[in-house]
Amino acid sequence: MSALGELQRLRGGGGAAARKRDNKAAAVFLLPWFVGLFVITVGPIAASFALGFTDYNLIQAPSFSGLDNFTRMLSDSRLHASLGVTFRYVGISVPLQLACALALALLLDRGLRGLAFYRSMFYLPSLLGSSVAIAVLWRQIFGADGLINQVLSMVGIEGRGWISDPSTALSTLIVLNVWTFGAPMVIFLAGLRQIPRMYYEAAATDGAGRWTQFWRITLPLLSPIIFFNLVLQVIHAFQSFTQAFVVSGGSGGPSDSTLFYTLYLYQRGFNNFDMGYASALAWLLLVIIAGFTVLNFWAAKYWVFYDD
Amino acid sequence: MTDLRSGQVPGTSADGTPRGWHGRPGADVSLGRGGPGRRSGRPRDPVLPAAVRSVAKHAGLILAALLMLYPVVWMVVSSLRPSAEIFRQTGVFLDTLQVDNYSEGWDALSHSFGHYMINSAIVVLGCIVGNLVACSMAAYAFARLEFTAKRLWFAIMLGTIMLPIHVIIVPQYILFSQLGWVNTFLPLIIPKILATDAFFIFLMVQFIRGLPRELDEAARIDGCGHGRIFLKVILPLMIPALATTAIFTFIWTWNDFFSQLIYLTDPEMYTVPVALRSFVDSTVATSWGSMFAMSVLSLIPVFLAFLIGQRYLIKGIATTGGK
Repeated sequence: MSALGELQRLRGGGGAAARKRDNKAAAVFLLPWFVGLFVITVGPIAASFALGFTDYNLIQAPSFSGLDNFTRMLSDSRLHASLGVTFRYVGISVPLQLACALALALLLDRGLRGLAFYRSMFYLPSLLGSSVAIAVLWRQIFGADGLINQVLSMVGIEGRGWISDPSTALSTLIVLNVWTFGAPMVIFLAGLRQIPRMYYEAAATDGAGRWTQFWRITLPLLSPIIFFNLVLQVIHAFQSFTQAFVVSGGSGGPSDSTLFYTLYLYQRGFNNFDMGYASALAWLLLVIIAGFTVLNFWAAKYWVFYDD
Repeated sequence: MTDLRSGQVPGTSADGTPRGWHGRPGADVSLGRGGPGRRSGRPRDPVLPAAVRSVAKHAGLILAALLMLYPVVWMVVSSLRPSAEIFRQTGVFLDTLQVDNYSEGWDALSHSFGHYMINSAIVVLGCIVGNLVACSMAAYAFARLEFTAKRLWFAIMLGTIMLPIHVIIVPQYILFSQLGWVNTFLPLIIPKILATDAFFIFLMVQFIRGLPRELDEAARIDGCGHGRIFLKVILPLMIPALATTAIFTFIWTWNDFFSQLIYLTDPEMYTVPVALRSFVDSTVATSWGSMFAMSVLSLIPVFLAFLIGQRYLIKGIATTGGK
């Protein structure tokens, strides 16, 4: 089903017989991929690691600076702000997004008429959400004269500059991410379809109500899919960039309240050409994402249920 | 709420349908299979008659869908309004039609918006071709060939799916700038030709694995090598996977902002997202009308790709996760 499941399955042994025979053909078929892997991926990973220990501004040659970049991180208050913003963003928007996705998937999974229509309507924002156009729209909607305040004033509520107020700016971006719940919803729908109907029939015969069925059947059997969506969306949310960049005009403002980690990395690397520090920041991001993924896999032991 | 449904519940049978043995008549008939409550085997809800529940559910879902899409619809309508009116109108009905926003926005930057559209189209096309060719080749190798350390390479390939682009963007930028590729489309297209979108390799591997191996064997007996098997047998059969790849590549590349922002600094080379962003920065909230007009134009290709490729998009997301 998933790339993650695939990784877990890889450990097993495989056939060894006709291996050599195909080596030549594989070299041809994999040639573009190999070149890409080494030149565009592995090489830059190594280079990024090395650059993390240097001072480099693109003009002068990189100069070795030891652990300077990393000690600098400890006292970099904007970095700390960006970490706070990013953790809050991931920690709030991903659970909300998955909850919406699951709720809608459950509503749609009843042999409902017009399923394809609803699925498309809810899925569409996922495709649009990462575009600059929607970020522009968000800037207007949550602006001082924006749509939200117009609606609020109709019911007599005094609005505010949602984006210009540091205490609410991040929330508008969280709303934007939650709005794109369609992609995980589609995955939930596919997962719900895998649950054998007879389980529900049996449970109903035993007198289990809807609520019990949800907790005892749907949730456990869907837990691998919930886990999959969780891992994926966490990784994805940590890398958010466009929305915060456009909404804040590239500054991460007001008062760094929308300074996503990737936005800060972009500013260091591509506004200030502080390439050494940006590389070190990239590695910290990798460590954080990997850390959260490992944490997710570890926690999964306690709540993810595998049927097979 | 148990299976032992007991007669009517007071005040709820709006259509007078008796509860009990005939519960949820409308819904069941419309499905045309099974008896009452068969769809999920769940006990029938004793509170509301089926028709009412079904109507309420559809009403709720439609309301939710409208609420979701309302901002986008409002933007489309607003793009046809005078800018001043955008700040006063929350509805989606037009009383005056202002098409000027589109012509103003079209020519607002140093090049016409069409120029940026063409740039985006070139990049998107290059990426689609690159992904289709390179990823399908790699996928064939992983799905059908037995080569040394295949499992290890496959694991590496899967690992690269999860690698954040930020880890490699700085050295990549240095590499491409030393090659003199900054302000060209090459840094955007070449990685696709080199199959760095491992997500699509994985998608295609999964698809090829589902094709019967007997076809390959038969072709082999007929004297075909791997090149011919790939081109004549596998490739024609994997058109659905190729379509999924093409449509996702289209939408993701069209929307991609981060790498286009980094590599394209000359307005001559701007793609739609980069142009739109510089438009936003230069006009500062004074001309929402033309800004929305350009936003709408920039979303139309995505919307069309969505309409045409819905089936493949849903399938791709459902089987592999997607983004």
